[in-house]
Amino acid sequence: MSEVAFDKKAAAEASRAYKKKHRKQFVKTLFSRKIVLVAAIITLLIILVSIFAYQIVPYEPNKISIKERTQGPSAAHWLGTDEFGRDVLSRIIVGSRVSLIVGVLAVVIACIIGTAFGMIAGYFGGVVDDVINRISEAIRVIPQVVLAIALCAVFGGGILNLSIILGISNMTIYVRMMRSEVMSIKERDYIMAGKLQGNSSFRLMVKHVLPNSISPIIVTMTQQIGNTILSEAGLSFLGLGISQPTASWGSMVSGGRDYLLTNPVYSLAPGICIALLVICLNTLGDGIRDALDPRLRGEL
Amino acid sequence: MARYILQRLGQTLLILLIVSFITYLLIDFLPGDPIAAMTGGEISGETYDRLYHELNMDKPVLVRYILWLRNALCGNFGTSQTYNKSVMTIIGERLPITLYLSLLAFFISVPLGILFGIISAVKRGSAADTAVTLTANICCCLPQFWLGILFMYVFSMLLGWLPSMGFVWPWQDFGQSVKQTIMPVLCLAIGGIASITRQTRSSMLEVIRQDYIRTARSKGLKQKKVIYVHALKNALLPVITLMGLRLGGMIGGSVFVENVFVIPGMGSLLVNAINSQDIQLIQGCVLMITLFTSVVNLITDIVYVAVDPRIKIV
Amino acid sequence: MAHLLEVKNLATTFRSDGKEFNAIEGVSLHVDRGEIVGIVGESGSGKSVTMLSVLQLIASPGRVAGGEVYLEGVEGNLLNHDGESEMMRQVRGGRISMIFQEPMTSLNPVLTVGYQIQENLMLHSNMSAAEAKARTIEAMKMVNIPDAETRYGYYPQQFSGGMRQRIMIAMAMAPKPDILIADEATTALDVTTQAQLLEMIRRIAKETNTAVIMVTHNLGLVARYAERIYVMYGGHMMETSNAKEIFHHTEHPYTRALLRAIPRLDDPKDRILIPIDGLPPVPSMRPAYCPFYARCEYRCDRCKEHTDATLKEVRPGHYSACCLTQAELDAKEEELKHKDYGASPERHPNDTLCLDVRDVRKYFPVYKGLMKRKVGDVKAIEDITFTIKQGETLGVVGESGCGKTTLARCIMRMYEPDEGQIIFHGKDIAHSKDRELKPFRPQVSMIFQDPFSSLDPRQNAGSIVGESLLIHKMVKNRLEYDQKVDELFQKVGLDPLMKERVAHEFSGGQRQRIGIARALSSDPKLIICDEPISALDVSIQAQIINLLENIQAEMGLSYIFIAHDLAVVKHISDRILVMYLGRVMEIATCDDLYERPLHPYTQALLSAIPVADPTVEEQREAITVQGEVPSILKRPSGCPFHNRCPKCTKRCEEETPVLHDAGDGHMVACHLV
Repeated sequence: MSEVAFDKKAAAEASRAYKKKHRKQFVKTLFSRKIVLVAAIITLLIILVSIFAYQIVPYEPNKISIKERTQGPSAAHWLGTDEFGRDVLSRIIVGSRVSLIVGVLAVVIACIIGTAFGMIAGYFGGVVDDVINRISEAIRVIPQVVLAIALCAVFGGGILNLSIILGISNMTIYVRMMRSEVMSIKERDYIMAGKLQGNSSFRLMVKHVLPNSISPIIVTMTQQIGNTILSEAGLSFLGLGISQPTASWGSMVSGGRDYLLTNPVYSLAPGICIALLVICLNTLGDGIRDALDPRLRGEL
Repeated sequence: MARYILQRLGQTLLILLIVSFITYLLIDFLPGDPIAAMTGGEISGETYDRLYHELNMDKPVLVRYILWLRNALCGNFGTSQTYNKSVMTIIGERLPITLYLSLLAFFISVPLGILFGIISAVKRGSAADTAVTLTANICCCLPQFWLGILFMYVFSMLLGWLPSMGFVWPWQDFGQSVKQTIMPVLCLAIGGIASITRQTRSSMLEVIRQDYIRTARSKGLKQKKVIYVHALKNALLPVITLMGLRLGGMIGGSVFVENVFVIPGMGSLLVNAINSQDIQLIQGCVLMITLFTSVVNLITDIVYVAVDPRIKIV
Repeated sequence: MAHLLEVKNLATTFRSDGKEFNAIEGVSLHVDRGEIVGIVGESGSGKSVTMLSVLQLIASPGRVAGGEVYLEGVEGNLLNHDGESEMMRQVRGGRISMIFQEPMTSLNPVLTVGYQIQENLMLHSNMSAAEAKARTIEAMKMVNIPDAETRYGYYPQQFSGGMRQRIMIAMAMAPKPDILIADEATTALDVTTQAQLLEMIRRIAKETNTAVIMVTHNLGLVARYAERIYVMYGGHMMETSNAKEIFHHTEHPYTRALLRAIPRLDDPKDRILIPIDGLPPVPSMRPAYCPFYARCEYRCDRCKEHTDATLKEVRPGHYSACCLTQAELDAKEEELKHKDYGASPERHPNDTLCLDVRDVRKYFPVYKGLMKRKVGDVKAIEDITFTIKQGETLGVVGESGCGKTTLARCIMRMYEPDEGQIIFHGKDIAHSKDRELKPFRPQVSMIFQDPFSSLDPRQNAGSIVGESLLIHKMVKNRLEYDQKVDELFQKVGLDPLMKERVAHEFSGGQRQRIGIARALSSDPKLIICDEPISALDVSIQAQIINLLENIQAEMGLSYIFIAHDLAVVKHISDRILVMYLGRVMEIATCDDLYERPLHPYTQALLSAIPVADPTVEEQREAITVQGEVPSILKRPSGCPFHNRCPKCTKRCEEETPVLHDAGDGHMVACHLV
């Protein structure tokens, strides 16, 4: 029984094949609906545009030109100009950066804070759980927009601040999810088996609880990016988020509303961009959810 | 049941207390000197000291909070320096407008959303389902402020059908009021209809897969009866929980809608308060809005328990 | 002769990943008025699909692809009528009723039970609402629901599982159907409840001359109740005849193999279970020939050419799908008799005491209200006393809520008992601190019931098995670790090449093997097996039982084997402990307990478990108890069993009996013994 003849290479090979098959299956399910593929392509395009924004803009986005102010679409300015004569198309291209960066950053911040608190609350239970749960419940009853506005007043605008603000106002979702996820996983037999083998609490949490609870969190993250982008645009629209002269889609919608008669595109085009990006991200998020876990299909 | 309501009431009060403390702390962190902001900065050192003392700025934060809370409980949130009126008076003028718009939008979106949701779930896979689902998915993603501006551009500027701003109560001028509220309410309702549609649809589809639906079919019931008697009631229960959230979301959305259509409600008040760093007013606004949403949550919870026989309160 | 229901060549297909495959194929059966027909088969054999197909209740992506169904009084093929047609709806519920497996989810939670029964009645008979209500209450009384008038307005969740299944029966029987289909109707229930319900179904069916189709995986149940039996495997009908024929002149190799693989209550102690190798075929990869071919011990090359699945009559009234001739089967049978399956592994319990549990008690406090005031206790287990010698197996049996899991967790020290001693090899660990328990942990391990939730889905099999080697620093280096893990894999009959796979890539039986390897990894002295085979298919169970027995013989382990299936427990254990509502009722050696059960509860429990042999079943004395296992929250005073006990006395109600020796180490807790 001591000499075990078996080929290590073959084992590694087999495992690689399994993983590859899995990835393939994932991609196949993900793009089995054409609309998800379309959404993925558009999202990718928007990401590429934002990365190479400064290389592809037809005009310098912040260049003021009093001569050309508030013009409608023309051959020179496809989407016209704003009240300072800046090219709207160029500003929309550059504005995609703010949306994407804040969207992703805020979700990551929300997820890290929320997941940590949720895990602690779920795992330890008792008083710790009560305190975290009550506070997170309290944060949840304040409408998200109102909370974000109030936080804006305290922290001020800017990309980083905005990300933190939106992160805080969104984190309760993760606290709640992680808490219930951990509480249900805690009761599974393999956690008990782990405990019986002499694992420490910390090791159990990191090695067994976390990896098993993370996939719904990832799904929620992909689905939350869109919402966060909407909130960012909303705050910028109110003049609380990204301030001039940095271009952001929300503030452009707001800036253009006084010039609806001369150049309606100035206000309406960035809004279409926001909607398009959010629709694509949400569709993609739904697709990822379906591909990751068929059991979640059909839920919101 | 009474016991449950009491318990939930206690929880709600506790949450409100926490919210008030968080708000108070946050506002305490506000950059800038509140006294300077209050008076415009042109005061003597003596007056400054007096005000400093009057506002209890010399006491520790917890003491100040308790003092403030005591006043707040009597409905005294202090005086707004920008409006020079008591905070409660201002809120009393503004809150009804926001509530009116939100509730109107709410009562439009609930039946429509449920109806569309049922249609698309029952006719799953059909053209009607695709159309409803697609529209709902898109409508969920439209920024309300942009939608407002789009409506304004189309219906006020291009077509000239509706006034682009303002608000009057229906009993002041009925025709004008209807015209003025159509666009804001529609803006608020579209997102609500979309999300209730989605929730109803997925909840219906979930229920249709359950074992008891198979039991109902094995009895030889008509398809219609299976859906409307056995499935619908189960499917609508989770939608009730969403409704509370929806109403809260509508209050939040009114911030944008009021901004676009220049309506003197809570939302625009809050934005003004933030822009002018009006501490007392911000605290008042946030707390009143939270109070309202907690009450709505409380009501939905109680309704949920009352109508759901699965939860039995002893 | 026209039958009440006749199914010919039924085929149902399912679509998955764009491919269509047959879930069932060429299934034929018939039912006559008033008879009880059993359909047995493992999960995935297509027995439920057959029944749902007959009623056209197959949900997308499945569809009935062909075949004929004839029902007495209905002109032509029933399958020609649309599933939603008036005719089909009259048949469903009106002529043929069905009861499903899961009592907890099969009733609509937002409608009252009265409404749900009444709805069925009004649909199939022209009754006024008042009449229907009266009939509903009558039906509820018929299935022994006490206080039916009040309960009429209750919701399903206000009833226990057994009660809900009674309501399902009332609902199905109320419109007086011709056929009742019971699809695993009692599988989810406790054995004593199961026996009550099936007796009741049989009684009602005989009184009303209703035909019953019993769909189940349990050979014992069909042996006890069915008059005619159909055996299904892999979507095909394998064999059919009357009950005694099937059990005494078994034809088909699958049925023969099945009977050799399952333990029986009346087995001699040294009986060897002969497991069926391999796994049932996946429907999408089923061969055109006999689906059992790959696992069959009688197979020959001719089987592969035989693709005709129709049954042929091999004896009068006995049909089998096997293509081998009687002579060929007999020859093979003779050959198999001499095949060496290995003797039953010998165990050597020595006199060292492995575990000594004394007066262990565990209560769970119940809190209520905002201030979390303690209002009472759940008395999970009380006064538990027993011993296990090294190398011995103690079986623990009991129905739901009897505290067997709590007991296991106390011994494992997942819970700290409130009182009592747990002496493991001379050391009392009942109240040791976590740190003091560290040397104890590797010596006791556990095998869990559910092979799906007991393995971490994110870890590969190798690290699941090897984890405790690392935690307890039992290996010096990577090489030794790898070697040890491979060794463990081989010991439980798994290929070490599969180390890198994650849990969901294994079948249920393989997962359970991984669980066993994990339990063995720390080189324990005692393993607690918590229902280790109840989630597995019957053809797989024998494999795991034999594996556990061989490992025990080889390593001299002690087992605590917890299960609700007395036949399995009796097969594997030396002694058996019977629990009821948190208390020990009886402890005795296997044979002693089976031949001389002293406690009325043990007697009822033994009687409730069917033996897979109709002749034995006929001779057994039926002892039925009333009522169901009460909730642990409402344990009766005195003897916990007194309110269901046929021999209850005044003393039983007041005084809790103490466990005492009734001779030869046969311990019992009953005043009457």
